Amino acid sequence: MRYRIGRRGVLAVYAVLIVVPLLVVFTGTFKTQSELFSSPFGLPSSFDPGNYHTVLTERNLGRAFLNSTLVIIFSVPITLFLASLAAYAIARIPGWKSWAIFTFLVLGLAVPAQANMIPQYVLFQNLGLLNSLTGLVIINIVVTLPVSVFILTGFMKTLPREIYDASSIDGAGPWNTYRRIALPLSMPSVAATAIFLFVIHWNDLLYPLLFIQEPSKKTLPVALLDFTGEFLTDYPMLFTGVVIASVPLVLAYLFMQRWFISGMTSGSVKG
Amino acid sequence: MNTTPTKPGTGHSPPQPPAAAPHPPPRRGRRSSSTVSPLLYLFPVPALVLYAIFFAVPTFQAFQYAMTNWDGFSAAYDNVGLRNFERIATSDDLFRNALTNNLKFVLVVVVFQTLFALILAILLTVNTRGSVMLRALFFFPTILSSVSVAFIWKFMYDPNFGLINSVLETVGLDGLTGAFLGNPNQAIYWVAVTQVWFHAGQMMVIFIAGLQQVPKEMYEAAEVDGASRWGRFRHVTWPMIAPATAIVMAYTTIQSFKAFDLILGLGGNPPKQSMDILSTRIYAGFTNSEFGYAAAESIYFMVVIALITWAQRRIVRLTQAGAQ
Repeated sequence: MRYRIGRRGVLAVYAVLIVVPLLVVFTGTFKTQSELFSSPFGLPSSFDPGNYHTVLTERNLGRAFLNSTLVIIFSVPITLFLASLAAYAIARIPGWKSWAIFTFLVLGLAVPAQANMIPQYVLFQNLGLLNSLTGLVIINIVVTLPVSVFILTGFMKTLPREIYDASSIDGAGPWNTYRRIALPLSMPSVAATAIFLFVIHWNDLLYPLLFIQEPSKKTLPVALLDFTGEFLTDYPMLFTGVVIASVPLVLAYLFMQRWFISGMTSGSVKG
Repeated sequence: MNTTPTKPGTGHSPPQPPAAAPHPPPRRGRRSSSTVSPLLYLFPVPALVLYAIFFAVPTFQAFQYAMTNWDGFSAAYDNVGLRNFERIATSDDLFRNALTNNLKFVLVVVVFQTLFALILAILLTVNTRGSVMLRALFFFPTILSSVSVAFIWKFMYDPNFGLINSVLETVGLDGLTGAFLGNPNQAIYWVAVTQVWFHAGQMMVIFIAGLQQVPKEMYEAAEVDGASRWGRFRHVTWPMIAPATAIVMAYTTIQSFKAFDLILGLGGNPPKQSMDILSTRIYAGFTNSEFGYAAAESIYFMVVIALITWAQRRIVRLTQAGAQ
């Protein structure tokens, strides 16, 4: 009995700690600064979307949203394609060769981003890829290849070999076996990886901060970080930026919760 | 072509010794001597090429840059040998400050995040409607961007208008109000609180997955034997979830070393010294055009992470041995 009351108490306190800040942020987007300070918990006097309008047009968050979307549209599918090809080969090639390919790719997980960012910066500069969304797509692909290969190989290895053998007996080459058999069967882990990559790339700050100077090329997290300079304590504006940056993630989370959680935790196994 | 028989599905494990059993094991057990199409070797090539050019080579170059005094722009620079490493180890107070902050931060986050995640997971293993909803709620902060989380908590901590201080004043606990991030002795711990709020739910999910593997019979047996709630935890749950604990702690360590975004959001760019950690220090070296020096700092950073991960593995192994 005492346990049950204690359990409810702990869970309720933690729920409050999660919900209250989020509610204050969301309702705060419809408030003025003084309204927010005088009644942070109250409902706004009107649901006037003025802050959203200001942030999206005058503050260029609309442009940043578009840039982030473009980067995601290219980097996630390309990463998944390259990683699943590699994972499929690793799962099928026998012996030390696949071990070598796997180890080489997955060793990248041990390298923190700050360790090679300077040579990467120089390389991108020499190739004229700074200040370009193409550059961001390339760096996104490269830094998430290790974790994607790791997750997808783990899954493709569990597919029974008979399926591959049957497919080659039927005369299918490796490409058709990959496209018609391995990839469709791996969809659960591909989907989970896709969501994992989506969250990582959508929220990434370091590389856009490093590679992008031009305001019109900035992605959402960088544009958002710039807010601290511009609106030092204009919290309603900050909150509006936070909500806009989170909308795609929240929608995806609401509709694909199961995939989301498996994606975010299959990535965690890389520890 | 390599015809060594290997277990199916263990592509990256070393070749297995041939089976000693007199009867061949079931089909699934061994690969036939058939070779795979040579075309298959082309499949990983695009990934390998991109990864080699843009990731592996730059990682090696970091070691070369670390031995120069290059500023990032000039055509000429000198090879200074190990001088950068020497300066970092002996006379760089800012680096030492960042290292200390980083270690405090990681330690606090690992301890509290693991503990909270485990408690929440234990309280939510039952599959009722309510606990499924609470799991989803507790996981939610993880999907937000670190910059967003930083702004949410900037408001929580704001000394004048912030949520924490106003709540404390309303309930009459004025004595507990504070400057939070403005207090140089505490700032890094308040960032740690934010980090735990951000990711405890994600670690909780890993623990729940671990807890659901524990067979129900073991609890029933323990109950029959008269084990108390604590006894059941100590002798049944704890040994069974040791692997999950190892994963959570290792992941939390790496994740909190990468708290870069959260620090920039809460501490400014460049962050206040009280919130500076290794990743932000290296980034500052980069923005200050000290490429060579920052590269050397980044190598220290890699070594610190490697050492801590290694130490953690050892500790986990020892505790696991102790739990049995």
